[in-house]
Amino acid sequence: MRSEPVGWYHPGLVTSPQPPQAPLAERLLAGDKGALARLITWAENADARFADVMRALHPRVGRAWRVGVTGPPGAGKSTLVNEFARYERATKRSLGILAVDPSSPFTGGALLGDRIRMEERTTDPGIYIRSMASRGSHGGLARAAVDACDAMDAFGIEEILLETVGVGQAEYDIVAATDTVLVVLCPGAGDGIQAMKAGILEVADVLVVNKADLAGADRLVLDLEEAVHIREHTKKRPDGAWSVPVVAVSAGKGEHLDLLAGHVARHRAWLEEGRLAAVRRSKRLAHVRQVVEERLDEALWTRGGLAERAGALLDGGRAPYDVVETLVAAILAGDVSSRGAPKP
Amino acid sequence: MNDQKIRVLVAKPGLDGHDRGAKTVASVLRDHGMEVIYTGLHQTPEMIAEAAQQEDVDVVGLSILSGAHMSLFPRVRDELVKRGLGDVLLIGGGIIPGDDVTKLESQGFAKLFGPGTNTEEIAKYVIAEMARRRAATGGRR
Ligand SMILES: Nc1nc2c(ncn2[C@@H]2O[C@H](COP(=O)(O)OP(=O)(O)O)[C@@H](O)[C@H]2O)c(=O)[nH]1
Ligand SMILES: [Mg+2]
Repeated sequence: MRSEPVGWYHPGLVTSPQPPQAPLAERLLAGDKGALARLITWAENADARFADVMRALHPRVGRAWRVGVTGPPGAGKSTLVNEFARYERATKRSLGILAVDPSSPFTGGALLGDRIRMEERTTDPGIYIRSMASRGSHGGLARAAVDACDAMDAFGIEEILLETVGVGQAEYDIVAATDTVLVVLCPGAGDGIQAMKAGILEVADVLVVNKADLAGADRLVLDLEEAVHIREHTKKRPDGAWSVPVVAVSAGKGEHLDLLAGHVARHRAWLEEGRLAAVRRSKRLAHVRQVVEERLDEALWTRGGLAERAGALLDGGRAPYDVVETLVAAILAGDVSSRGAPKP
Repeated sequence: MNDQKIRVLVAKPGLDGHDRGAKTVASVLRDHGMEVIYTGLHQTPEMIAEAAQQEDVDVVGLSILSGAHMSLFPRVRDELVKRGLGDVLLIGGGIIPGDDVTKLESQGFAKLFGPGTNTEEIAKYVIAEMARRRAATGGRR
């Protein structure tokens, strides 16, 4: 039997049913949204306590369906997420929304405004919304986003909607970690050809043309259908391969969300026909690799003194690839300690 | 590796018709390296506290011009406390007379900024106050 967090769907209990001094995992299992929020903060900060909490909750992870929503700025992703969440709530007890926006590379600050379009969902006791700044370095964003989804999953949330602006590799990596990826385009702003150039079509499980109420939407649907057809018929594909549907919706008017939900459900059913375990395994592997890379970078480069060694070698006039060879050889020979000073 | 940012919720309670001031403050705080969540106009105290909890912010900044601060500000504070968020740095700004400033500052508001306040001053205050608080608690949340 699945053990669900008590209190999650009781409006009176969702706030702070446990005294704040109770251990975080306990509060989380009791359905305390504040505990979930803090756990996600630890994930964002790469705080070691995140791993401690998640170790105990590991068996609970893997039940939520994760939907990635990406596309150019202004396509209507936040509006769509809001409407989709409303639609899905008719059948789902709980939803989580993670909205990722870029940090300024200059100041490190971020203005996170996606909640403006989701305000009707703010006080729904069955919905948890979190804004996340990309903080972008070393793909740490994808790591933090996956960790945040795992936290929501462990909390007992049934479906997670993850919004990112589809511009860079980091954002691409994030949605690639979800189960079903929606690429949202709209007439005018992101025409089909541009989108293909940017490579975001590669990651789509469902192509969504939003703002179907605007002129040019029909044209965009046709262009995308053609692009999908060409892609799916130029190379040999395994039997039963997923064919990417194109669906026109108007999130602003709340129209055709049922069609979109149908495609998401169909994609899920397709994955659950014996494909899901392998797909999720490869995504989990990518996540573990990401964390390993982050840890090694921190342990060797920063704490292990590799940064200083590299600097000294460069200052001594060595060619960059020479420096690389020397450092990699030193690492593989066990000649670098993560405890600080290099071994003699 | 523990890089904590200052997370701020900038919110507009009540029926004010425009939010230029709140948006300006939000972008200035952003330019000072903070992560600022902005939620738009017409927020109820419940919505503000709910968002503050879900976003796990360090700071809540309220902006109001309608004159309803004495009814709305304390209600926001109550809703925060109800959710165990009494330790959030709570600040406010708008057209608030001196007497009201004194009252609110005795009711859990750390600081209130008048209409002529230089936005840089707000950013500097938040940074200094958060540094002080983090030093006092060992910086761990
Ligand atoms: N005409 C029309 N406008 C829409 C629709 N959906 C969203 N918008 C508008 O598009 C703009 C950008 O929406 P937003 O959800 O913030 O886009 P995001 O940047 O992709 O998250 C807003 O002004 C929305 O009101 C729609 O279905 N039709
Ligand atoms: Mg958005």
